[in-house]
This record gives sequence, C-alpha cells and structure tokens, in this order.
Amino acid sequence: MGSQGGFYQSKEFLDLVKSIGEARSKAEEDRIVLNEIETLKRRISEPDIPKRKMKEYIIRLVYIEMLGHDASFGYIHAVKMTHDDSLLVKRTGYLAVTLFLNEDHDLIILIVNTIQKDLKSDNYLVVCAALNAVCKLINEETIPAVLPQAMELLAHPKEAVRKKAIMALHRFYQKSPSSVSHLVSNFRKRLCDNDPGVMGATLCPLFELIARDVNSYKDLVISFVSILKQVAERRLSKAYDYHQMPAPFIQIKLLKILALLGSGDKQASENMYTVVGDIFRKCDSSSNIGNAVLYECICCVSSIYPNPKLLESAADVISRFLKSDSHNLKYMGIDALGRLIKISPEIAEQHQLAVIDCLEDPDDTLKRKTFELLYKMTKSTNVEVIVDRMIDYMISINDNHYKTEIASRCVELAEQFAPSNQWFIQTMNRVFEHAGDLVNIKVAHNLMRLIAEGFGEDDDNADTKLRSSAVESYLRILGEPKLPSVFLQVICWVLGEYGTADGMFSASDITGKLCDVAEAYSNDETVKAYATTALMKIYAFEIAARRKVDMLPECQSLMEELLASHSTDLQQRAYELQAVIGLDAHAVACIMPSDASCEDIEVDRDLSFLNDYIQEAIEKGAQPYIPESERSGMLNISNFRNQDHHEASSHGLRFEAYELPKPAVQSRIPQTLIASTEIVPVPEPMYPRESYQTTMPSIPSDAGSAELKLRLEGVQKKWGRSTYTPATSTSNSTSQKTVNGTSQGDGASTVSSMRETYDSRKPQVEVSHEKQKLAASLFGGSSKTEKSPATGHKAAKASSHVVEKSHVPKSSLEVASEKATPAQQPPDLLDLGEPTATSTALQLDPFKQLEGLLDATEVASAVNGAPAASRSPDIMALYADTAAGIHNKNDADLLSGLSNPSVTNMPGTTAMPQVTQSSSKGPNPKDSLEKDALVRQMGVNPSSQNPNLFKDLLG
Amino acid sequence: MGIRFILMVNKQGQTRLAQYYEWLTLEERRALEGEIVRKCLARNEQQCSFVEHRNYKIVYRRYASLFFLVGVDNDENELAILEFIHLLVEAMDRHFGNVCELDIMFHLEKAHFMLEEMVMNGCIVETSKANILTPVQLLEKTS
Repeated sequence: MGSQGGFYQSKEFLDLVKSIGEARSKAEEDRIVLNEIETLKRRISEPDIPKRKMKEYIIRLVYIEMLGHDASFGYIHAVKMTHDDSLLVKRTGYLAVTLFLNEDHDLIILIVNTIQKDLKSDNYLVVCAALNAVCKLINEETIPAVLPQAMELLAHPKEAVRKKAIMALHRFYQKSPSSVSHLVSNFRKRLCDNDPGVMGATLCPLFELIARDVNSYKDLVISFVSILKQVAERRLSKAYDYHQMPAPFIQIKLLKILALLGSGDKQASENMYTVVGDIFRKCDSSSNIGNAVLYECICCVSSIYPNPKLLESAADVISRFLKSDSHNLKYMGIDALGRLIKISPEIAEQHQLAVIDCLEDPDDTLKRKTFELLYKMTKSTNVEVIVDRMIDYMISINDNHYKTEIASRCVELAEQFAPSNQWFIQTMNRVFEHAGDLVNIKVAHNLMRLIAEGFGEDDDNADTKLRSSAVESYLRILGEPKLPSVFLQVICWVLGEYGTADGMFSASDITGKLCDVAEAYSNDETVKAYATTALMKIYAFEIAARRKVDMLPECQSLMEELLASHSTDLQQRAYELQAVIGLDAHAVACIMPSDASCEDIEVDRDLSFLNDYIQEAIEKGAQPYIPESERSGMLNISNFRNQDHHEASSHGLRFEAYELPKPAVQSRIPQTLIASTEIVPVPEPMYPRESYQTTMPSIPSDAGSAELKLRLEGVQKKWGRSTYTPATSTSNSTSQKTVNGTSQGDGASTVSSMRETYDSRKPQVEVSHEKQKLAASLFGGSSKTEKSPATGHKAAKASSHVVEKSHVPKSSLEVASEKATPAQQPPDLLDLGEPTATSTALQLDPFKQLEGLLDATEVASAVNGAPAASRSPDIMALYADTAAGIHNKNDADLLSGLSNPSVTNMPGTTAMPQVTQSSSKGPNPKDSLEKDALVRQMGVNPSSQNPNLFKDLLG
Repeated sequence: MGIRFILMVNKQGQTRLAQYYEWLTLEERRALEGEIVRKCLARNEQQCSFVEHRNYKIVYRRYASLFFLVGVDNDENELAILEFIHLLVEAMDRHFGNVCELDIMFHLEKAHFMLEEMVMNGCIVETSKANILTPVQLLEKTS
C-alpha cells in the first residue's frame, strides 16, 4: 500500500476486512458483522478516542450498513466527525453521513451548521467535501441555509469547486425548482466556463431543464453544436480522452441535448446535421465507447427533423450492430431499430432475420427488447403472429412485473388491430387465462363492452356470431381449474347476457354452469355476485319468453345460502332474484329487457314519475318536502350529514346528483385525433390512473366513458342491474369502427404490395424454412439475397456519394461556424485544449491520424496512461497489447473482437492466474513488496481461503 | 437522474461497495441487492451485459471475481454506462496499481471518494482520470 499517510489501518481493522473477505456464506458474514456491532457499541462511546481510531470505527460502521445491518447507534459519531479539523477525517465523516442518512433525518440539522462553515473555508478540498454533502443531504427546507454560499462558489477560482457548486444548484433545482427559479441562468453561464469539466457537468442540469421546457433553450442550439464540434475535433484536453475517443461522455450528453432541441424543429435540426454527420464518419466503430457514441447519434437522428443522409448512416450502423456477434451490440441495434422505424418503417424489412434471431435468443434481455420492437411495428397484417408470440412468452415467464406489462400490450394490440372478432375473443381468453389477475379490471370491462356492442359494423348477424362464439368458448374454458377472478367475472356476465340468446344452449345448461362457478369459487364474492346476477338474467329472459322456469336444485341451494350470506350485496342480489322469479312475464320484460345492455339510459333527475304519488300524499296531509338549503336551524346538522355522505359515497349510495354526461363529445374527439396522427397509437394506458377527471380531454379513447361506466357499476350493484352501459359508449363504438376501418384498409394495401415484392424475389440463401415463414408473417415478406445486394449497392453508392460530397460542404460549413461562434460565445471556450497541436492535425484526414495512433506501443501507453513501460510484463500491459492488436485487424474482426467485452476486457479466469498474485501489487516494485509484506504480516495471503481477493480486476 | 445506484458485488454475492443516488431504506437495499445480484450472477458471458429490472435497467460488468452493477433509468445509453464502469476500474487501477478486490475492501473510503468525483446527483460529472484522482492524492498528502 504505497503511501499510507492518514490512511493508516490497525491490525484489528485489517483482521475484520480479512474475515469478511474470507467469509464463505451469508450466515458466516452475518455472524462476523453482529459480533462487530457488539464490539463497536462498546468501544465507540469510550471517552477520548484518537481521531484516527474514530475514523476507522466509522468506516467499520459503513461496512456494517453495507452488509445489511443497522448501525444507527453510531450515526451521531459520524456527524461529530464532520466537525473535525483534519481534512481526511472530515471528509470521511461527510462520506459516512451521506451513506447513513436520508435528507429528512433528524441529525441533518446538526450538520447544516458545519456545512455552512465549511463552504466558507479557504481550503478548496474542504469546500468540495461540503458541497458533496450538500448534494446528498439538503432538502427543500434547508436549501435557504446554504443557497447564498453555494451561489458564491459558482465563481470560485478552482474549477473543481465551480463544478460541484453547479451540481449543488442542480440538486436544489431537483428538490425545489421554485426556490432557485431566479438562478437557472447560472447554468447557461457555466456552459461557457473555460474548464471542460465544469462545462461537462453543466450539461447534466441543462439536459433536465431542456427536457422540461425546450422552447426556452432554442437559442443555445448553436452553442451546443459548436461545443460538440470542438469536442469531436479533439480540442479538449487529452485528459478527457477515453480509449482514443475525445471526451465521449460529453459527446453523448450533448447528443442527448440536441435530440431534445431538434425534435420537431426543422430549423434547429438543420444546424445539427453537419456535426452529427461528422461524428458518424469519424467515430471509431471498433470500440465499445465508439459504438456508444454512434448509438447516441442514432437516437439523435431519429429524434430531430429527419435528414435522409443521416438516416442512411444510422441505418448502416444499425445493420452493423445487428450483424455483430456481441449480444450487447445486438441489443443496442434492436433498440435503435425501434427508434428509426418510426421515421423510416421500411428499414425493418432488411433486418427481419436478425430480428427473429434475437427473438429466439435464449437471452431474456435481448428477447424483451425485441418484443418491444415488435410492439412498435405491429400492424393489422402481422398482429396475429406478434400477439401470439407475446402471449407464449408471457405464459413462460414468472416475473409478474413484466408479465403485467406484456399482457397489457397484448390487449392493447388486440384491441387496435384485431383482424376478426373470433381471433380477438380467443386472444383475450388466452391473456385472461394466464395473466387475468395482473391485467387491469378496465380491460375486462372493455371486453364486455366489445362483446355487447360488437365491433361497430352495422351487421347484427356478425355481432350475434361474435357473442355465440364467446359463449361457446367460455363454456369450454369453464372446465379448466383455477381461473382468474377477473376472467370469471367476464364469463359470468357474458353467459348471463347471451348464454341463451342464440338458442344453442338451454337455460338449465347455462344456469348449471353458473352455479358450478359460484360453488367452485365460493371465496370470491365478486364472482359470486356476477354469477347471481347472471342467473337472474337467464331466468328473467325465460319468464319473458313465457317458458316454464324450473330452478335447478343446486341453484336453489345456492340461493338459500346467499339469502343468509354475510355479504349484504350477495343477500340483496339473491332477494332480487327471488322477487324477479315471482313476477309475471310483462313485468319481467320491463325490468330485464333482453339484450339491452347497450340501450341508453335516460335518467329522470327530477323524479317526475313520482309526482302523482306525492300529490296524493300531500292531499292526505303529509308535509311537503323542503329543500335542504331552505331548512333553517338545521343547517349545521345537515352540513355534517352531507359530509358524511360524501365520505360514504365511494362505497354507498350517492345522494347528490350525477354530473352531466359531457364526456360523450370530449372522448370522441381525442380518439379520432389519435387514430389519425399517431403511428403507434396508445389508446388507453392499462394502469390505473388517478388523473382521469383532470386530464380527461387529453386522455385518448374512452377513459372518460370508462370512468362513467365504473361509477354506474356501483349503482348497478345496488339496483341489481348489471346491464347498464353508459350512453357514451355508443359514440365510442363508432369511433372504434373508424380506427379499425382505417387500419384494416392500410393493412390490405400493404398486404398486396408485400405480396408483389415477395413473389418477385427468389430465395438464394439457405435460411431455415420456419424462420422464413415467421419473417414473412412478421414483415410481410422475407429478405432475399436478390434484394440485399441491391440495398447494399444502394447503400454503397450513397455512402460514396456522402464521402465525395462531404469535403465541400464541410469546409464551407467550417467557415460558417467559425463566423458564427465568436459572436455566440466568449473566446475561452475555443481554447479548451491544446489548439496548436490539434489545429494542424485538423488539416489531416482524421482516419489517417487514427491509424498513426494505433501503433502498438503508443496504444499501450495511452490505455495505461501511467508509465506502462516501466512495469515488467504485467497484466495491464498485456491487456493493452491485446487491445492494440485488435485495433490493427480489419473492420470485421474488430467488431467481433472488441465489441465483446468478455473477450478483450474481462480477464479470463484461466488466463495467467499465477501472475495475478500479490507479487505484482503496487505501481512499482517497491510498493508491491510493501503491499505484499503487509498483507502477509496480517495473515492474508493468496493461498488462503479466498484467493479471488487478490485477483487483479483489470487482469 | 440517470444513475440510481452503483454496486460492487463479488461472485459469492457479497457486497463490496454500495452507493445509492436515491434514498432506500436498509431493508429495501437488502432486498434489491439480493434480487438483482441473483439475476446478474445467473447470466453467462455471451448474454447481454444489461438486465431489465422493474422499471429500470442494470448494466453490469465483471472483473475477475468482482461484479460492477449500475442501476440506470430506461433512457440511459447502456454501452456508455458499460464504459463508465471500465473508466472507474481504470481510475482505481491507476491509483492502487493492479487493483484487486482487497484494495477496495481495505480502502473503501478511497473508492467512495473517487466515485464522489465521478458521479453527483446520479449524473456522470467527471471523466478525466487526473481530475478524479487529484483530490484523493491530495488527501493522502495532507494527512
């Protein structure tokens, strides 16, 4: 351990670390930690503990919490340590409190004072330590206590302090935007800081600000573009280079910002085309970091106003990603493809086989990403294949979080693109059967509505068929054990409404099944309630049709059970059923009209039908009704009661009037809008949303009506009618029709065009038949070799075109931007790096320059940064050698080599296990000897229980 | 926000360093670490270095026996995070000299100090190794 300094560690600490390091199991580790807690509890409150010792205790506390145990007994000592004069002790104290405490902890108030003092310190490292703590510990209430000092530090002479002060301001903005709203201009100012570190850090808060309010920052486009240009041209200090890339992390952040600023803004986007194009060309596609930048370029290109040339470059990179052997690159490629198909949907076709490979890959991450892509490219021609695959996958996984997500996506796609009613019902059945308890109840309501209304075509016959097939499939499914509650509710409702409608099944068939359901799921009151109401409907329809009603014995016993149920809801339903059965055909037909679930309900809000009755009562001497507002003397009581009602209204009877049914118009407009503008319409979020009422106009489709419907559900329970559908739903069904109609129209035309292309090509490459079939169904045609050379040719031609042309516009644009930049920015930004060296280099071909750099020794020293040559054949140098070796290979090899981290960057566990032992510890021989001696003296050695502890991470 | 947490965990699933950029209680941390470590350790080297977990992603990379796990938001550039991990390891390697798991254990606070320079408020704020290491070296000298 090279320079010990204040980092001195006692034998006790080393022993602790050693035993934790060698613990073989979690249980053993827990034992060690519990023991340590006991020791520390005793020791830490002893008087007069030396500073160093205390610092060590605090780090031991950090260990305790890191390993999952409570160390709150020692928090106060960490707080005390922040007061210390010694910088190292102080910083360790700050570190510990930021790890231990959240911003609302009571102890924070004791630290704020120290932070205030430290922010004023002459030692910039103390100021930095305090600013670190500010970023972690200050909450909305304590912001004013440190804000003035933190703002003064924005002009501190030390760049490290300015950088951290900017991040403190960023934190304040995150915690309470209003408290610093007058200070956000500082972010703009710091963007022009002459230290690249401060500038780079400032991009983080600016990104957030721009994401919230793009329009206020459009004026910065030129600045961002100019900074990005300078970074890409290596005008930043070499210290920011990473694997021969100039400041890649800053480039990525800038590209993210440009993507926001250029989105839907042609003028802003045009300023970006040149620089993004330059990066596409210059970027080292053989390294991970180069590909990371390229990926960000694609994200940017697909977000800003489209430019054909850039789209082509993006498509080229995507195809390289997808062809790579590295799963990481494939993943990025699939993601990028998902972004690009929004703009140019045709590029998906040339990658169809690669996409299918990813879909069938055993790697779950890749598979999910691919499903995401398929979700984005679903249309009516491929919906069946895609949804089928999605459901298969959904059934195969256990992760409920993802299962829910994919289930709601299936439902969404099925609702949007269903080619036939039959298919729709079958698909929904599968989703409900396997993920019924995970999907939102609204999906079930939608399904019931769809079955009730049909698909909107004015063809009653089709609707009847749909219902019959639903009934048939449900009767079959009821045979399965353990169905989800939501699904059973749908089944009961449909059987009640339409079970006997087409005459295929008799009333006793259906009622028998319904009784079975009520019996089999006797713990589920909601299902039982649905079943009871369904029974009532079946009997009512029988009575209305003047057929003789024989109640099945099991049905009678069910009723007896329910009449005595603890649930008043079930009891009421049972009594209602009893009452209905006792009525004559005419009365029943009025109460329970057959197939009336879609009828509009007109609510007589004045209850005028009671007028005669009231008149009669008043004539007989009854007191007339006095409206609540006119009742004097009882005001308080009535108010009180009113409140009471409000509270109860969610689950009881409502006494105040319903709102006017406005949403009928509102919900229709956004829906049609959505259908026409969005490429991937998301008609209905599947998660419960709290904000229906406030955001109603903006929520697409029938959120509004669903909300109404849900409320009526409550009423329906009370009044024993489950057939009410809100009036708005009719308008919904018509717009649904337009959605379906248009998409189907599109589908038909794509089918025919796809057919043509499909027929005109003959397969030449050996691809498994099944895959081709899948490809054809997904993409509407398989990619044939005949086509790929064609596109390749086109691409080649186009890219040569780009190269030819690029020289001219580049130089002219350079002039243009040089003209523009001095006006926009203070000169200091232009002096970021070593301008003399780079400006001459600029004249050279950047690729030539790169090649020159790729000399093996140079690369080695560049990668190491440190004096690698002085180190005898250690692993780091070996690593650099392999990296350099790979750099020199040709393009194709480069990709497969470097892009796979397991090959190059991860040390093979088998490679040189002996050399990695402690003999090579330390940056130089002397250090390594010291290090080795120390660990041996403690009894930690490579041959002991956990030799892994000694393995060089960089191998 | 970007980065939600950075974890170093060894092959046996033992935590060697944990830094969270959003507050989680001790129990939540424990549960999360158990869950994601199990997920990541179960994967092989051919598979992606990315795992989706609930509503965010984990980017991980293995060095010898030590796994570096970084939890990021869904819109983060995974490849860049992967290289960020490597940058962190390079920085530690430059400081410790052939850094190994034990170096991080013995000098937990130094590893944290380096991270504090690199990441603030869940954002990558510094990527120059010199700037990352200078404060740590000055700390060593002054004390």
